[in-house]
Amino acid sequence: MKIFRMLGRSIRDAFKSVIRNFSLSLASISCITITLIIVAIAIMASFNVQNFTKEIEKDLTIVVFMDNDATEEDINQMKQLLDTKKNIAKYTFESKNAVRKDMMEENDVFNSVMKDWENDENPLRDTFKIKVNNVDNMGKTADALKKMEKVDTVQYGEGMVERLVNAFSSIEKVAYGVVIALVIVTIFLIINTIKLTIFSRKREIGIMRLVGASNFAIKVPFIIEGMILGFFGAIIPVVLITYGYLAFYNHFEGHLFTQLIELIQPEPFIYQASLIVIIIGIIVGMIGSAGAVRKYLKV
Amino acid sequence: MLIRGDFIKLLFCYVEKYGIIKYTKVEVIMDLIRLKNVEKKYKNGVTAIYDLNLAIEKGSFTFVIGGSGSGKSTLIKMLYREEKPTKGQIIVGGLDVAKLRNSKVYKLRRKLGIVFQDYRLLPKLTVYENVAFAMEVIGATKEATRKNVLRALEEVGLKNKVHNYPDQLSGGEQQRVAIARAIVNNPKLLLCDEPTGNLDPERSMEIMKVLEDINKTRGTTIIMATHDKEIVNRMKKQVVTLKDGHLVNFKKKGTYVDENI
Repeated sequence: MKIFRMLGRSIRDAFKSVIRNFSLSLASISCITITLIIVAIAIMASFNVQNFTKEIEKDLTIVVFMDNDATEEDINQMKQLLDTKKNIAKYTFESKNAVRKDMMEENDVFNSVMKDWENDENPLRDTFKIKVNNVDNMGKTADALKKMEKVDTVQYGEGMVERLVNAFSSIEKVAYGVVIALVIVTIFLIINTIKLTIFSRKREIGIMRLVGASNFAIKVPFIIEGMILGFFGAIIPVVLITYGYLAFYNHFEGHLFTQLIELIQPEPFIYQASLIVIIIGIIVGMIGSAGAVRKYLKV
Repeated sequence: MLIRGDFIKLLFCYVEKYGIIKYTKVEVIMDLIRLKNVEKKYKNGVTAIYDLNLAIEKGSFTFVIGGSGSGKSTLIKMLYREEKPTKGQIIVGGLDVAKLRNSKVYKLRRKLGIVFQDYRLLPKLTVYENVAFAMEVIGATKEATRKNVLRALEEVGLKNKVHNYPDQLSGGEQQRVAIARAIVNNPKLLLCDEPTGNLDPERSMEIMKVLEDINKTRGTTIIMATHDKEIVNRMKKQVVTLKDGHLVNFKKKGTYVDENI
């Protein structure tokens, strides 16, 4: 009961303070708004990059061609080896006969040429198609496979894959860095604005301490005030990203520049992103005001 | 000699059920405040209090007197943990003040009321709200707040001014509001740091009458730092005299003795 009374008082005081120091509140709200807009853009970009990287990684395959004279025993040995490798998620095997049939179905010329090939004179290779767990180590896995017995060639789009993966991971890192830096800057801005509002209530805090209010009870109204500022600061960014992303998605019809780069479906994604932005705003406001009030709670 | 009323009783408790005799050592503390070898040295190197031993009984009325820089304000400040002693032990109402952590200071503050020379009222709140503030911030119910606030305001004689703002009151009245705020939570101890410092002799005597009433009717222990000779001589209460941080006198019915200051 007591805790509810105190909480009610705190919420009332917090709203009072926001309204009483309206210009200061507006200043911190606009600070939060501007940073949160940039944070929101960075979040959407990094989510899209992440999504795109994953899509590409799904398509990446290592193709292993066995020697032409590989026997069934060699193939079985290879299969056992592949089962023990850690980085290999799954693989499919196609015997050279199966490859031949595939090709015959594909094209009439192949069909007429390959029709008469017997098993012994089939120049095609037994083939493994391998999906990996970790694309970063794809090169290493391919090299290891190359060294195995009876393996002729290994293909996985060397160079291209590595460059692509590197580029995306650095874009992602930069986006995260920007988000973190902006959040820290906002926290400092809020600490300063709330310090100003607290300064006008310094006397009140001093008296609260004298008459036996606990530090926690003194802090709560200011923390709630910070949360209110953070929440109001998040409204414009949320509206902006919701409609902005929808417009962006519709304008590019789901693909950026090429058919290769696919954007995330807006439906659940904008709601998730909005929620994240609101939570960041509230937490930032909370941390900022808690930091500001700390100074006044020392004896 | 200084520490009086502090004695140890041995209780013999015969526990029939188990047929054994149990000796229990019980320490009965009659004092509300005890200071042992307290020293306070400020960070700038000034020593305000040297090796102070003091015990103050429950329900007593004590003046702390001394000239400027004698350490009387420091003593009061240490009692409500605005300052920490550099050495020694201070016990107020069973709490070891020197060891009290910053976040637990409120536990001490709820046991005592404090009155200052400059009243420290909130200008935007009415008399009633100022006094109620002390109860609201510790989470009291509305009914309890109302009851206690009206009682406290009646005791200080301001029941007819509950809706006035502090700047509509005289200095003496403002100080009486501050006293009402200090006693509204029924503290055991009331600390006053020069409460009459800003008031003329007549108003000062009004304040003293209020304090004496509180001491008598509520049994609140009062410690008051002052350098008002007139008041100390008239009231004939317990007097602690400090000079340059040393305790020079502790008398039951003391007066202001010039040569000691």
